[in-house]
Amino acid sequence: MNLQQIIEQLELTILTEPRDFASIYPVGGYTSDLLSCVMAGAKGNYIWVTLQSHLNIVAVAGLLEVAAVIITENAQPDAATIAKANEQGVTLLSTPKTTYEIDGRLWELGIRLPA
Amino acid sequence: MNPMASPRALSEQEIHGRRGRPITDRDATDISRVEELSYELKVHEVMTSDVRVAAPDMPISEVLEILRTNRISGVPVLDNERLAGVISIEDIVRAMRDGKLSALVSEYMTRKLVTVLSYDPIFKALQAFTESRLGRLVVVDENGRLAGMITKGDITRGVLLALQRDYKEEELRRYRASHLFEDIISDRTTLVLRYNIKAQDFIHGGNASSHIKRALLRLGADPQIARRCGIAVYEAEMNLIIHTNRGGILKTEVEPHRITMSTVDDGPGIPNIEQVLQAGYSTASEQVREMGFGAGMGLVNIKRCVDKMEIESAVGKGTRLTMRIHIPEQNSSLQKD
Repeated sequence: MNLQQIIEQLELTILTEPRDFASIYPVGGYTSDLLSCVMAGAKGNYIWVTLQSHLNIVAVAGLLEVAAVIITENAQPDAATIAKANEQGVTLLSTPKTTYEIDGRLWELGIRLPA
Repeated sequence: MNPMASPRALSEQEIHGRRGRPITDRDATDISRVEELSYELKVHEVMTSDVRVAAPDMPISEVLEILRTNRISGVPVLDNERLAGVISIEDIVRAMRDGKLSALVSEYMTRKLVTVLSYDPIFKALQAFTESRLGRLVVVDENGRLAGMITKGDITRGVLLALQRDYKEEELRRYRASHLFEDIISDRTTLVLRYNIKAQDFIHGGNASSHIKRALLRLGADPQIARRCGIAVYEAEMNLIIHTNRGGILKTEVEPHRITMSTVDDGPGIPNIEQVLQAGYSTASEQVREMGFGAGMGLVNIKRCVDKMEIESAVGKGTRLTMRIHIPEQNSSLQKD
């Protein structure tokens, strides 16, 4: 399942500049709003699901090289956050759904954890 | 490949001088870079300036010959230096249909001109292509004089060349940096990166860490090691931002066999080091916790990422945190042969 399909299936809004989402294959996922936990738990090419939408998520996502950040419950990052994400090549996606629902849907789509 | 061999090629110096911004790995597959280029590249950089032209009093059969020998589908018509129109294959087909190949260009040429300015960014040309549905556009200079022709093919070629240029730029930087340790002879070479971190500066939080990780990759460090350093140094950087009175200094010393990262601040200092090393222990304010910091995992994360971690602290004086990662031999071009 590539990121393009995930975006379509979960009806996610793309907040950052479009890239070739069909060529990105997330290998797992991690959910937390605590940045240090994300630093410890999320890995490269994971999808990170969070309620946080402020600037500092970009640095974390960029350092970990996650496939995308899904920001839940319509939390809106500001323009500076989106600009920084574009600069660092971080993809930010948004949804009105809750973190719980997004995690469940991702799991159903087969985005689980690498063996 | 010699870019000067083709009149369509854009000057490399020009692009080099003007942009020269290296691109990230992700930019490579990023369509937005192409979008950016459509603003940066100017029509004159990608157009064909060496164009064939027709004259109004030229017989159409002659134009047909020009198109055939140059393998092009249309030419501008110049009436004494003045741009009078364009004559293309379609116009010639109309003449053939009328059985009038010997008629003059002025009778069949298209007088309604779609032009773009030579110093316009290429997105203007792309717009004009879409709006006019034409395959080639006449390029004029600021005085309305013919400067060249541009096709969609010219734009594609120009963008590809510019992207290639970007790649070379980053590769070159990487190459230069990765040979640093080989090129400089000493008994012990150390590269020191120093960053001043301000307290409460969440806006720039993580920037230094990103720069350090990038530098390590350029220096040829193993990506896994660069990532470990990135995570460790990020936590240390955020600690300076969140917990110190006046910020501090973040330093990374790169040597062929190890990377040493450290932070130094002048307060408030840690009363009980045992305590802060426990997972989940945090003194972060409610406000900072709302941003997702203060999980009490920072030092735990650092410990996990580095080979050696040391904290020295004195209340009222400050804290020094030292982190060290050893580079296994044959794991990195940071190693000398």
